[in-house]
Amino acid sequence: MKRLDRLVTMLAAPVLALLMAGLISSVLLWVTGYSVGDFWSILLTWPQPRQLTNILNYGAILYLSGVAAAIGFKMNLFNIGVESQYRMGVFAAAAFAGTGWLSGWLNTVVAIVIAMLAGAGWAAIAALLRVFRGVSEVISTIMLNAIAGLLVGYFLRQIGVQSGNSTATKTIPESSWVGGITIFSDAGNQLLGLSLLAVVVGVAYWLVLGKTRFGFNLRATGMSETAAVASGVDVKKMIIVAMLLSGAVAGLIGMPTLFGDAHNYGSSFQTGIGFAGIAVALLGRNNPIGILFGALIFSYLHEQANNLNILAGISPEIVQVTQGVTVIAVVVAYELVRRIKVAREQAAVAVSLQADADVDEEVAA
Amino acid sequence: MSETAPTMAQRPAPTGGDQTPPRVRIAWIGVGVFVLLAGVRELTGSNDMLSTGSLRAALIAAIPIALAGLGGLWSERAGVVNIGLEGMMIMGTLGAGYFGYHGGVLAGIGGAVLFGALFGLLHAIVTVYVGVDHIVSGVAINIIAAGLAAFLAKVFFSGLPGGGPTQSPGLPHPGTLPLDFIADPAKTLEDKEWFLVSDVAGVVGAVTERISWLTVFALLLVAFTSWFLWHTAFGLRLRSVGESPSAAESLGVNVYLFKVVAVTVSGGLAGLGGAYLAMVASSGYQNGQTLGLGYIGLAAMIFGNWRPSGLLVAALLFGYTQSINLRGGSDSLHSLLLAIAIILVGLAAWNLRSKALKQAALFAAGGGLFLLWWATTESVSSKFTGMAPYVTTLLVLAFASQRLRMPAADGQVYRKGSAG
Repeated sequence: MKRLDRLVTMLAAPVLALLMAGLISSVLLWVTGYSVGDFWSILLTWPQPRQLTNILNYGAILYLSGVAAAIGFKMNLFNIGVESQYRMGVFAAAAFAGTGWLSGWLNTVVAIVIAMLAGAGWAAIAALLRVFRGVSEVISTIMLNAIAGLLVGYFLRQIGVQSGNSTATKTIPESSWVGGITIFSDAGNQLLGLSLLAVVVGVAYWLVLGKTRFGFNLRATGMSETAAVASGVDVKKMIIVAMLLSGAVAGLIGMPTLFGDAHNYGSSFQTGIGFAGIAVALLGRNNPIGILFGALIFSYLHEQANNLNILAGISPEIVQVTQGVTVIAVVVAYELVRRIKVAREQAAVAVSLQADADVDEEVAA
Repeated sequence: MSETAPTMAQRPAPTGGDQTPPRVRIAWIGVGVFVLLAGVRELTGSNDMLSTGSLRAALIAAIPIALAGLGGLWSERAGVVNIGLEGMMIMGTLGAGYFGYHGGVLAGIGGAVLFGALFGLLHAIVTVYVGVDHIVSGVAINIIAAGLAAFLAKVFFSGLPGGGPTQSPGLPHPGTLPLDFIADPAKTLEDKEWFLVSDVAGVVGAVTERISWLTVFALLLVAFTSWFLWHTAFGLRLRSVGESPSAAESLGVNVYLFKVVAVTVSGGLAGLGGAYLAMVASSGYQNGQTLGLGYIGLAAMIFGNWRPSGLLVAALLFGYTQSINLRGGSDSLHSLLLAIAIILVGLAAWNLRSKALKQAALFAAGGGLFLLWWATTESVSSKFTGMAPYVTTLLVLAFASQRLRMPAADGQVYRKGSAG
């Protein structure tokens, strides 16, 4: 019974939020003269195998981004800079792997490590500013986002090669590509090999956070810094480590696409994944399984947006509105659920205290 | 509050304490920098650096930054961090596009302010009444606004003559002020290329030549905010809510109400910045027009130490670096390196005089680097000027944060009745 109760309170907020987002999107469509029926029927049509593969691929990327954000959130650190850490990471990896100094899978592995280092290094700026100069990581990561975009653009112009009318890094030698995994034989597309990084990161996140002393310290610092200090946690060190880990995971976001699909880094690389990751982490309450659901839901919406455009002429941007509203709705819902829970606990305590008092009176009498 | 910040412009006078008001100090620093720039212009011969044209472009680039920054100021002075400025600005550009096309200039401005304020109100309700974290709400607002603007642009502008799914038809421009009788002689004087005189003429030209009344209005809003927040009872209460909400509440201030009003105004100001972008700085609404200007506005506010005069200076500075790009002024940019080097060396000397050796060494090293950069290169990549506002803000935060003072309860969620 108690377990069921917990499950209900846990799921109430996300379900409520998704309903709310659906409702607001419907109203918006209705007001602007689109067909609400079409919207829902397309959104709720079970995707084709090809689409399912896309959903898994994009979901994996979002999951990595979500975990990157969640590592920070667990410590009350707002790493708004996942976006730029991802860009720095994928650019560094692409630039290195493109040179072909190493061959085969060694090239791939080293490039992935470089991506993590680049992401962590970019996050380190914010971490050091926070720890040694007291600069809010929110502000510094926002500034670093803007700087990274321009910096990558600058480097791309320096080392990139022209292909058509866009510039990109040198194409990675074919021996270092990571092949796909066929899930549906009739889909015509494959799961990107490095999407499995999401599984690795997810398991590692769950293990480290839940089963290690470090994870305990991390969560303790997030819940109460003073309590953590009192129990001997070096908060400064924790901030730096958490931020670096967050940046390292962010560096991985671009890997599936880079080694499995694009094979070079150019201006066509998708933007906004970092912010979507923040949304996904919030939706999933920083829980490894929760983030998975969040990532799949966002990825599902993202994929169905194409069909909205093709089949019903509804502009796909509506999905972005739905996603944004989901984020606001979910945090509002969590807050409301939390308050209801607190009120119920207080009521329960009051009842049991009253019962105790009654017993005491009887004993006295 | 002016007493709390130690100043670098004045060494303590024998009478004790620093008597120069900050505004006067900023003005003097401004004059000094200007003379320096004029000198560098004279020295390097990059005459476009302080020409009417580039200063005018700088002003036009600065106003949206200043308006966004002003929005941030209103919000943060009431204790609510507003990362959503960017989104509110986006809504402003959309509002200006829709209402401006259908109803003219005033309707466009009103619509932009309305759209921005609505998103401000959303941010206010979510952060103040529900008590959601300010950053989370702001991030969500930016996602929603970008999507909603792109979605509605398609609905509003598709099929209109001159419009399309991603842009509005040409919008009417707010009128210009008839100041040609000043601008024309200034132009003549500027063309003489006399040291300082022509430079001053360039400035005069920049603020008189075809200046939009919306520009003047925006500048007045900065002055108005300065007066309203620091010299009225309402402003005092608003700031008290951002400094110590529990104290404010115990004195009978309706904390929630003040926060909500402040954040809504904040959204309206960011929306006005959007209107300026769509109607003055360009000829209509376009998807993705704001290009992160909301964030630069936020940076300007921090750089300006949460004060109107400071944020205006920062906005002008950032606007200058942004606009000089668009004019293809790699020549001017290159000369700017020399100016920065001189300023840094000057700061080093200053710190040396007050025996702050560490800072002096830092500034000297920075100055040396810029000097080296200037001497060894011919031009500067435009990407670096794009970065300038963000890098400066980071540097200021990193090395001068003890001079900065943000509202004490900024970013904290306040629950009514927690005053006890």
